Amino acid sequence: MLTLLLRRLVLGAITVVIVSLLIFAGVEALPGDACTAFLEREAQGALLEKCRVDLGLDRSAFTRYFEWAGGAVRGDFGMSAGGTERIATLVTDRLKNSALLAACALAVGVPLAILLGVITGLWRDRPVDLILSTSAILAMTIPEFVSATVLILIFSVWLRWIPGIVVAPADYPISAFFPEIILPIIVLSMVMTAHILRMVRSSVIEVMASDFVQMATLKGVPYWQVVFRHALPSALLPAINVVALTVAWLLGGVVVIEVVFNYPGMGRMMIDAISDRDLPVVQAITLIVAVTYVGVNLTADILTMLLNPRLRTYHMRRR
Amino acid sequence: MGASPLIQIKGLSVGFTGLSGRTLPVLHDVDLSVARGQSVGLVGESGSGKSTLALAAMGYLKSGLRLLNGTVRFDGHDMFDQRRTGLEAIRGGQLGLVPQNAGQSLTPTIRIGKQMAEALRLHSPLPRADHRARALELLEQVRLPDPEAIYRRYAHELSGGQQQRVAIAMALAGDPDALLLDEPTTGLDVTTQAHILDLLRDLAQARHMAMLYVSHDLGVIARTCDRVMVMYAGEVVLEGGTRDVLRAPVHPYARGLLASIPKLADTHLPVALEGRPPAPGEGRTGCAFAPRCALASDECRAAPVAMQTAARGMQARCLHHERVAALPLGGTGAAPVHTVRDGPPALALEDLAVCYARPGFWDKLTGAAPPVATVQGITTQIARGETLGLVGESGSGKSTILKAIAGLLAPLAGTIALDGNTPLPPLVAARRPAQLRRVQLIFQNPDDSLNPRHSVAQILAQPLKLYHGLGGPALRARQEALLEQVRLGAHYLDRLPRQLSGGEKQRVAIARAFAADPDIVLCDEVTSALDVSVQAAVLELLNDLKAAAAATYVFVSHDLAVVHALADRVAVLYQGRLCEIGPTAAVYGRPSHPYTEVLLGAVLEPDPDAAPRLLTNDAADLAPPATGCPFQRRCPRHMGAVCDTEVPPPRSGPDGHVIYCHLPAEALEADMAPGGTAS
Amino acid sequence: MSGVAQARSSGRMQRLWCVLRDVAARPSGAVGLSLVGFHILLAALGPWLVPYDTGAMSSGEMLETPSMAHWMGTDHLGRDIASRVMLGGREALIVTGLATPLAMLWGGFTGLALGLAGGRIDEAMMRIVDAFLSLPGILILLVLVMTFGTSNAVLVPTLGFLFGIPIIRVARAATHEVIARDFVAAARARGHGAMTIIAVELLPNVRDTLMVEGAMRWSWMLLAFSSLSFLGFGVAPPTPDWGLMIADGRIYMSLALWGVLGPVIALSSLIVGINLAADALAKSLGIDRARKAVI
Repeated sequence: MLTLLLRRLVLGAITVVIVSLLIFAGVEALPGDACTAFLEREAQGALLEKCRVDLGLDRSAFTRYFEWAGGAVRGDFGMSAGGTERIATLVTDRLKNSALLAACALAVGVPLAILLGVITGLWRDRPVDLILSTSAILAMTIPEFVSATVLILIFSVWLRWIPGIVVAPADYPISAFFPEIILPIIVLSMVMTAHILRMVRSSVIEVMASDFVQMATLKGVPYWQVVFRHALPSALLPAINVVALTVAWLLGGVVVIEVVFNYPGMGRMMIDAISDRDLPVVQAITLIVAVTYVGVNLTADILTMLLNPRLRTYHMRRR
Repeated sequence: MGASPLIQIKGLSVGFTGLSGRTLPVLHDVDLSVARGQSVGLVGESGSGKSTLALAAMGYLKSGLRLLNGTVRFDGHDMFDQRRTGLEAIRGGQLGLVPQNAGQSLTPTIRIGKQMAEALRLHSPLPRADHRARALELLEQVRLPDPEAIYRRYAHELSGGQQQRVAIAMALAGDPDALLLDEPTTGLDVTTQAHILDLLRDLAQARHMAMLYVSHDLGVIARTCDRVMVMYAGEVVLEGGTRDVLRAPVHPYARGLLASIPKLADTHLPVALEGRPPAPGEGRTGCAFAPRCALASDECRAAPVAMQTAARGMQARCLHHERVAALPLGGTGAAPVHTVRDGPPALALEDLAVCYARPGFWDKLTGAAPPVATVQGITTQIARGETLGLVGESGSGKSTILKAIAGLLAPLAGTIALDGNTPLPPLVAARRPAQLRRVQLIFQNPDDSLNPRHSVAQILAQPLKLYHGLGGPALRARQEALLEQVRLGAHYLDRLPRQLSGGEKQRVAIARAFAADPDIVLCDEVTSALDVSVQAAVLELLNDLKAAAAATYVFVSHDLAVVHALADRVAVLYQGRLCEIGPTAAVYGRPSHPYTEVLLGAVLEPDPDAAPRLLTNDAADLAPPATGCPFQRRCPRHMGAVCDTEVPPPRSGPDGHVIYCHLPAEALEADMAPGGTAS
Repeated sequence: MSGVAQARSSGRMQRLWCVLRDVAARPSGAVGLSLVGFHILLAALGPWLVPYDTGAMSSGEMLETPSMAHWMGTDHLGRDIASRVMLGGREALIVTGLATPLAMLWGGFTGLALGLAGGRIDEAMMRIVDAFLSLPGILILLVLVMTFGTSNAVLVPTLGFLFGIPIIRVARAATHEVIARDFVAAARARGHGAMTIIAVELLPNVRDTLMVEGAMRWSWMLLAFSSLSFLGFGVAPPTPDWGLMIADGRIYMSLALWGVLGPVIALSSLIVGINLAADALAKSLGIDRARKAVI
């Protein structure tokens, strides 16, 4: 068990290292650097040379990678290209805001998705299932900016209930984002509910058709006890991984939605950084998002391992 | 009998709606009754509707199936006209079920103890405080070692035999009046099977329960039941006392079925049943068996045949039951072909060892002991034209040896040589095409070994193109000739595997192996996925092909009777080590290795007078012991420390009969006293 | 031989036809296929059907409400919205129509090869795949577009590469399911080479999964393409594109409703159509898609 945990952690760490290499190499490979971006037209001759020396860009890529990666481990991503602000400070606020949005969407979406997934799975091919499953396909596939736009049209333009755009800047306290945050939460939870619902549904169907559920029924266990005690623990285990992917997606900045609602989270920061060609910020954000992704998935894998008696003992035996 | 039956099924028909929208019946007008204290066997091959019938007795139909007609009564309650709560009270209470696959029928996320407690909570009058004690008592009753430990385990932490015992204990929790057993020992090793059946017999007697026993295996039924019902294509075709049905069946299908079962005493191959059963719901006018029946007359085909009362109180769905009774029993099958030729051995194995587990990085780091090899010390020579049978229970390494010979697994040590002196490179990648062509492998399950997306023509073309470079009309001609050889017509060429029956698929797989013109054919449990009547036909085919192609066979099977029918020499394996090897008659006779004796003792025969002898416990070993004799932990003749520490020496008898045992030859000659402890 | 070959190829066509008919027989499949077909037709024939030049501005007719002349009204530059909606999917369909097969080919082949190879190579390559998957896709897309422009010569390979990566995982997982089966062992034991095993034994069994996956990735690619336009990093302005139109139209939403609603309906119907068809396809082929959907 411990060996397996360790193995997963080591693999996760390897992935993170590869990610950091990819990001660094990717940005290196792009034409131009921080100096050409900063100096724009004047980027030539002595001025360019001086800037590069100032920023340390004249050293080998190898040295710079270790400096960057070393800083990142300590939570120091250096300065943004403009040279005015520390990236770490910028990111903290944005990350907090993205986390707020993610937490709200998860709080709405996950319970709803599991409930509806179980319902559609148990009443497979009945009207409830057909309606919910079709809505799920719609919710999952309609582009976020489309549903966001439609919601703004309805609730902000026609009904005038909720403002369609967030006006508070990134570093404002959480309370400043209400009630504007409601619409983005609705859009996000719609998409994620649809994904998780479909997963839970097919998992419930599969488990309800399994031998042990049939056996429980033939042992005289009442239907709802069969569902809750025998079927759901197995049926909901795979949901952990899907939820993890959703969390990673939410924390990684839901670019389009943040732009639509002008929400100051990671996604908007990403777009702004790209528009400004602020490569150090792009690098930092990408790394944070990627590490979050790896971390969340790792957590889910470990959680699944802990909750599934089969995996748990299998690996204990292996030891 | 006397009292009113506990389970009474009358005129039951069950069906499903086919793609065409028509209702296709799976069960036709079935009558069945089981009285208290009686045990009834339900025999039939796959698709005969026996499991559907057993579950219907609980008022349960698999999804898609519908009740068309008839009634099912349990102790007076109509099971298909019950409220949910009524059914819940009966199921698992008065009427218990032991399922087909206990491993998958126990809930994986709940500990055994909790599942037992649940059954008690639902069906036992005992106060809650006593549930734990009662559960432990039940686990003890089904002869599980260390009930306390089992109580805390999850289902997957138990062996197959233990899972089955837990399932039985759980069925007993409701103190049932009747027990339904749906293939309760299928998939278990012979020794485990014998133990479980023994347990069930004792339980039935002690508790005076009614038992309805579903099985494809007449040997199991012979061991457990007073009455037998033989099912064919959703109908009961023969019913009677077990002894009568087994000794003098009066239905031609039952007779054919009985003749197709290989028996240890037979010197000939089992007799195959011609033709194939109708698919569920296939239209019919007269007797369902008429197309396969030698006695069938126009009368049989004209109208459905009603049950007839036949000799000795048997009921047979046959107009000619008297003529059937007059026929000689058994019939004689083909004689096995023995074509052993002189010259260098076709295949020689020298100290072969295989190990699945490779020490990982972590193990190296921690300096863990190297894993014990899965297969070790296999040395034998197989003469040209000889059939070597490999027998043993699951985990005996018999399939592993075949894979190593085929080059799919790299041996840890030892050599594999063709023609006695040409060593084969260990893995396929290093072997030359000519070498590859000469060794062909046939797999257990044709569903798995035939690519579902390839037509029969494509399947056969692969070896023909690869080894013989055939194309055009020559290829086509060869494909047709091969199909002819396995007794399938040329019209099969365009079919996909899913359009074939199980037996036909295995024939195609056999044709594919013979397409290479092999010298050595490796058969890995080639008949164990098939029904017995189909198995007989495939064995016959393999026998004929051997005569025609002069091939050498290595034949792996867990079924001692099948190996007995076909093999010239037999090797008995336990935990990947040789226990005994020699001419078939010598191995099946005396003297023998204790393990061979245990195996032979546990064989179930379709004979009401044959009882298995239980010589040792059935606790399967998970891994071979690091030192000494592989059978040391279960051996009923364990001699002491020498067995645990020293590898047993080969004791050679006449004709190359070798027994690996510390016991002296005289001791091995004598019979063991039965009465090994049940784990 | 020719007879066999003919029978085989006709069998394959027949199977394709059967699957298609089965998809069309399902309500979701029928709706999905007709939506997709309609959009493809519209994109192909659009230039000859549109009532107005999509770029023609008219300062006198800005933000008009729907009328007989402009039945979806006009936008803030006085262009006919209906014409622009009709042609707004062309770029997206061309780019994704080229990039999707590209992604399926490279992702599918890599996944099959890794699944067959197993061992260290597979382990190492999967770490790189994992690393790529952890990067936010849209960000990579944005960076590349910012640097190299938005010509199709950039977009097609970029989208094809990025969307091929998750397909590697799907193809590899599907291969793992097949590879444990005995017919692969049989082919290995016969001595066939790796390429033959991939092409003859594995591919026919993985193809269905890949087809469904490809259909789904197509819709996601369309989504990504439109998002790019919506964010202002995609199709350059005079060319009509739904994403771009929605972004522009949002500002005048309360004045010219159809400037948003038109492209919204068009884009949604295409993507929903693809997904409905993919869903029906998965059911027809007997593949459970939802379990593997989110990767």
